[in-house]
Amino acid sequence: MNDAGEPSAPSPAPLNLPRAILALLLCQLAGETSILAVRSIYPEIAFPGPVVGMALMFVLLVWRKGLDAGLDATSGAILRNLSLLFVPAAVGIVQYGPVLRQFGVTLALALIASTVLTLLVTVGVFLLVTRLQGGDAE
Amino acid sequence: MTPDIVSIWVYLSASPLTWLTATLAAYVAADWVAVRLGRHPLANPVVIAAALLATILLATGTDYGTYFEGAQFVHFLLGPATVALAVPLWRNLATVRRALLPMAAALLAGSVTAAVSAVGIAWALGAPAGVLASLAPKSTTAPIAMELSKSLGGIPALTAVLVVMTGIIGAVVVTPLMNALGIRNFAARGFAVGVASHGIGTARAFQVSEIAGTFAGIAMGLNGALTSLLVLVWLAFAG
Repeated sequence: MNDAGEPSAPSPAPLNLPRAILALLLCQLAGETSILAVRSIYPEIAFPGPVVGMALMFVLLVWRKGLDAGLDATSGAILRNLSLLFVPAAVGIVQYGPVLRQFGVTLALALIASTVLTLLVTVGVFLLVTRLQGGDAE
Repeated sequence: MTPDIVSIWVYLSASPLTWLTATLAAYVAADWVAVRLGRHPLANPVVIAAALLATILLATGTDYGTYFEGAQFVHFLLGPATVALAVPLWRNLATVRRALLPMAAALLAGSVTAAVSAVGIAWALGAPAGVLASLAPKSTTAPIAMELSKSLGGIPALTAVLVVMTGIIGAVVVTPLMNALGIRNFAARGFAVGVASHGIGTARAFQVSEIAGTFAGIAMGLNGALTSLLVLVWLAFAG
């Protein structure tokens, strides 16, 4: 079915990418808007709108009991290349030469030790509770 | 007649197109290097690309604001990418459901460890209060961390840098650490790196396995929420 009167595309159906992008943006916009609304009443609450958007998208997927192929392809393409999206923020390090020179060693030690400790505690508790639950921790 | 290279460069160096192209080019090069090195954890594409770009900015005397005018188009996609995390979450719902209790316990333990250990170590080494406040939310995703830093009396811009460094440390360390410990539960591994190292850890987890990436994404979202809550409670008691 299309305006030119050609036979409709054989399966697989063409991916509707604009609709997938629209769905992602609408969820994010709804998330950001709801946080702005909450913060206009309780300004001390800090919470990122996109995470609310993720919850909203999740609810929509559960409710519709299915995943549109275009959304599957679009989200897959973004998530497989997630590292790229952090590059601009990482380059921001060039702005903080003086602070990093002054507290660099202290901060590096605190960050490395704290990150390793957090990884160990989190994975340890996860496996412990899995085992207590009677699950297979492997 | 030769083209006026100086005036062409003056134009290009201020153009968003140049810095957007440079960001993609640096990432493609970094990813090529990472693949060449068999995705070795030390060859993190974020680190390589950022180092390349930082060198170019310093060498050409370009300030970060000019760079970001081009790079913002990539940076913007972090929002839609966060929303997109719902897709693997939904697809792996059965696995996630079985792990609700381990996730809740690990989240609480990990979130408290992340903030308390970082602040404790920096405090013992003599860091001032402003730096400590900037350090506390470093394991949460950048937009949350910056808000929390502000409400704790820290420096949001410094927090942004600490968040990125935390992400990179976790992404580099997680695979060798977990392999050394013989942990083969990729849900647990992913969840840990999501709590410790937010989105950059999640990006690394997706390179290793979809299950690890899914749990990392959930952990990142939940840790942002829980840390925000802990800071609210802290401020209620301390203030």
